[in-house]
Amino acid sequence: MSGSGAGALYWSEKQGARLDRLEQLLALRYSHLTRERRRQPLNDALILHVEAAQLRETMRLLHDDAELDFKLLIDLAGVHYPDRARPLEVVYQLLSVHHNHRLRVKVALDEGDVVPSMTVVWGNASWYEREVYEMFGILFSGHPDLRRLLTDYDFDGYPLRKDFPVEGRVEVRYDPGLKRVVQEPTQLSVPNREFYGRQRS
Amino acid sequence: MGTSETFQNYIINFGPQHPAAHGVLRLLLELDGEVVQRADPHIGFLHRGTEKLLEHKSYLQGVPYFDRLDYMSMMSQEHPWVLAVERLLGIEAPKRAQYIRVIFAELTRILNHLLFIGAHGLDVGAMTMFIYAFREREEIIDFYEAVSGARIHAAYFRPGGVAKDLPDGLAERMAQFIENFPAKIDEYESLLTDNRIWKQRLVGIGTVSPEDALRLGFAGPMLRGSGIAYDLRKAEPYDVYDAVDFDIPVGKNGDCYDRYLVRVEEMRQSARIISQCLQQLPDGPVRHDDFKISTPYRNEMYQGMESLIHHFKLFTEGFVVPAGEIYAAVETPKGEMGVYLISDGSNKPYRVKIRAAGYNHLQAVDFMTRGHMLADVTTIVGSIDIVFGEIDR
Repeated sequence: MSGSGAGALYWSEKQGARLDRLEQLLALRYSHLTRERRRQPLNDALILHVEAAQLRETMRLLHDDAELDFKLLIDLAGVHYPDRARPLEVVYQLLSVHHNHRLRVKVALDEGDVVPSMTVVWGNASWYEREVYEMFGILFSGHPDLRRLLTDYDFDGYPLRKDFPVEGRVEVRYDPGLKRVVQEPTQLSVPNREFYGRQRS
Repeated sequence: MGTSETFQNYIINFGPQHPAAHGVLRLLLELDGEVVQRADPHIGFLHRGTEKLLEHKSYLQGVPYFDRLDYMSMMSQEHPWVLAVERLLGIEAPKRAQYIRVIFAELTRILNHLLFIGAHGLDVGAMTMFIYAFREREEIIDFYEAVSGARIHAAYFRPGGVAKDLPDGLAERMAQFIENFPAKIDEYESLLTDNRIWKQRLVGIGTVSPEDALRLGFAGPMLRGSGIAYDLRKAEPYDVYDAVDFDIPVGKNGDCYDRYLVRVEEMRQSARIISQCLQQLPDGPVRHDDFKISTPYRNEMYQGMESLIHHFKLFTEGFVVPAGEIYAAVETPKGEMGVYLISDGSNKPYRVKIRAAGYNHLQAVDFMTRGHMLADVTTIVGSIDIVFGEIDR
């Protein structure tokens, strides 16, 4: 099968057609779920908004249904929106290898809300949930082993939250007197410079 | 007769300073005699907070951070980032730039797989392989240097194209390299593929069924080694992958040996893609013509005020990306690498989530090593082809 060289727009449209079919399927069977379609020339995505209470059964359906067939959990991300009424969000990226379509599932959360763990549906959810827990402080119920994953064993705080400073709150150094590593508040000899802060056109 | 004694399982620390740990993996292995009962990988020793840092950098400043994720396949890591930014901006790179990006993405695939067979050979005891693989790696790194000035951390792919056009004569040098390369692969294969010891160490080790591969979130050669023919270059062609002809190798048994074979065949296919790209390579610009996004040309900057202003604006505050979100993924040598980018309509990303391929694979080490001997752990860890830069981020 020799290549066509049709270009990104062509493939984006093709992906869009797959998403149209997926959208119809979802509308037909799972009409109680809120759908959102973002349609841009090169960025076409179907997003499903789910409440944490319905998450487990919804994901089960998405995973088990032969026509949806989301057998792969591609990614799981936390997002912090301090200005929103519900400041936290968990975003799941799903993929069906056989139908070649993707779906994004979003769960909006209040501070302190607990999300059901998806480790029973996708085995690889385990580390992703541990990471979201350590970076955002979102708890997952039913997770077999919710420990910190990437940060230090005695790390304190949720570093990817917007109120966490980029330089961190503590720094470590070896204390020759005490003969061990000690933690001290971060002191920057040169202030953190962001000459051109966040700017909008 | 004697009293019955119970023995507690023994826990050993594999790494973080173990040469077969490929960097900084700390693996707690629970052993019953010499049989692994449980493996608990502790990661994060190379965590640099890339996702947090990116929220404080402009989109262009973000590019070099991606080189440092998987520092063994550098340009492939830049690829999803520039695609995500471009798609959110609604622009496409010029055709020549797309071809150059594909050429270098595939050279990077060869670069990565050469390291894989070299290091994997070293783990398992085939020392010679490492020297052979690095002979060709050196040439590819020279191409990197020729095109970007840096041997490893190139920062060559840019939103809207690539940094510079190919220097004179480089296309010919690459064509020469690609012409000779399949013979080199035969050489590697003569060392390993039918080697009795190699097969004894790899065949039937770390077997993963297709169902398990999906459940564990595998991607790339790991998924294809288990018999699922999914490749983003075919499934969602980006840049000019739809203009070239290549095959997707698929394994049968899902063991370490099949994954090795898949990667060797991928090198051959990469060579095919590169030679087609070099033949088709069109003339034209390599940067997008909207200089509010891509760097203006140096010679125009000396005369044109407009270009000078663009340059100043670009390298101080960067460019603004419209509010929105996107998940862009490419097939890196290790599997699907994705960038989930949320923009709030400013010159810096609001949130970036990097989906690293090796993350899920390392997570599956527990599943793959259970019931295997201690010596097989290095084989399994080696066959994953892990690099901690991308896993720890």
